[in-house]
Amino acid sequence: MGTAPASRDVTSYGMGLAAPLALFFLVFFVAPLLQLLWLSLHNDTAALHWGLGQYLHFLTDPFSLSVLGSTLLLGAEVTAVCLVLGFPIAWLYQRVGPRLQTIIILIVLLPLLTSVVVRTFAWIVILGRQGIINATLQSLGIIDTPLKLLYTQFGVVIALAQVQMPLMTLPLITALGRIDPNLDDASCSLGAGSWRTFFRIVLPLSLPGVIAGCTLTYAAAITAFITQSLIGGGQMLFMPMYLYQQASTLQNWPFASAISIIFLLAVLAVVSVFTTLGRMSRGYGGA
Amino acid sequence: MSGRKRTLEAIGFEFVMTVIAIIALIIIIAPSLVVLIVSFTSGFSLRFPPPGYSLRWYAELWNAWQLHFAAKNSLIVALWATGLSIVLGVAASLAISRSRTLSARLLDSLFMSPLVLPALAFGLAALMLFSLVGMPVSLLTLVIGHTVVCVPYVVRNTVAALAQLEPTLLESSAVLGASRLYTFRRIVLPLIRPGIIAGAFIAFMSSFDNVPVSLFLRDAATDMLPIRMWQDLEGKLDVTIAALSSVLIIATVVAVAVMERVTGLSRRLTN
Repeated sequence: MGTAPASRDVTSYGMGLAAPLALFFLVFFVAPLLQLLWLSLHNDTAALHWGLGQYLHFLTDPFSLSVLGSTLLLGAEVTAVCLVLGFPIAWLYQRVGPRLQTIIILIVLLPLLTSVVVRTFAWIVILGRQGIINATLQSLGIIDTPLKLLYTQFGVVIALAQVQMPLMTLPLITALGRIDPNLDDASCSLGAGSWRTFFRIVLPLSLPGVIAGCTLTYAAAITAFITQSLIGGGQMLFMPMYLYQQASTLQNWPFASAISIIFLLAVLAVVSVFTTLGRMSRGYGGA
Repeated sequence: MSGRKRTLEAIGFEFVMTVIAIIALIIIIAPSLVVLIVSFTSGFSLRFPPPGYSLRWYAELWNAWQLHFAAKNSLIVALWATGLSIVLGVAASLAISRSRTLSARLLDSLFMSPLVLPALAFGLAALMLFSLVGMPVSLLTLVIGHTVVCVPYVVRNTVAALAQLEPTLLESSAVLGASRLYTFRRIVLPLIRPGIIAGAFIAFMSSFDNVPVSLFLRDAATDMLPIRMWQDLEGKLDVTIAALSSVLIIATVVAVAVMERVTGLSRRLTN
């Protein structure tokens, strides 16, 4: 060692170490997705005739379009609820002592690591006809007959918001932690009120975290198969279940492939919009 | 300090933020508590509060062989997928973390992409590939599918741990005559081990909880726990599931507490 003039850089490892995983991904990740794309470009289930028939079918079918639309809308609603509820948690986190900080983090983390079926099941218990909300409202005499909360858009949004909350809160905590606390004091001592300081200083500076959180929450909410199907029930259909029905129950693989590709592109479009916004906001907030 | 008006306004602001934060924290924690309480019901329904308390549903759970079978499969697949993710992921992290080349950045994006792409689309794609090459679904195909979606967690945490490693440590070790392998074993590995463990833990949990990939790659002979639970819940609202959910919640709490001690999990996920 050390004798060769161009001695190897001891602090870095060769790219060869990435080869096994790269190969694994090529065979079991890239290849299947390419096959999915290939199959979606065929008009028949035997995959003999090339064509854009599957995509035309989806894009001219009002039912398919409404499923896509309601899925994208659901993602937006869940993201908004998560942001409104998650931001104050991150704000509180920066204001309490280390002991409480650990407790807050663990409360936020716990659902992230608890089985999603378990979390969804909990909401069935809460929102059901004999659930905690209906039981409380009835015993207080506010309502006579149980409210229908399960199998409604409201139920799906609130359950999904709870399930995905960690994905919003963790990046926000990181972003708020990077803001110089002196800015807050400076703004206040210059006469700006707390609300003004919050909306003019804190919120803009935390934009990278907001955008990271929104991206993760949105992508997770629109693909949350279990929560959507159990809380939404049979009447509400979103893209993941639509895809699953076409693939498994109806065995229509080319159409299911086309749904997958359209769904994938929709997710990528949303993510890249958020990423672009994030890049712009970093230039703004990183000053 | 100027005036009483601003102080009042500040108190109002802090009050509103704190109240929303506390409501949000309650919304996060309440569902788990509700499940824990309902699982001890003596009744047949998920009524809350329960009419009485008993351990009957835990006795039911003890005899629910279908759930045991699914849990065993999920455990086997999660262990194999995590093991594979560690071996493949740590090696790849070493290669890409300290390199600024375009290929390293592209590989990084490739390895992270399963986190963003809808996993359901990947599940369907994997099923089609396996049926094309004539591989019937089995625990092996499940392990392969799960590894693809779990490896990003190992890579992300290992890369983050490697980024904090002082390059001078490696240089000093080399100057003192240590071989690369020796330096890796005695310097690098001990320093990045908490990061690897944290990543492996999240990978394990996400495999054990995986639905979108398992949905396509399992069948009756390779039933997986989350799918079994989901199908049970679609059919009837069985209180046995509440008992099982409580067991899983407690197991998660214990595991997170241990991981917090071992790896400082919470700090890793917030920076």
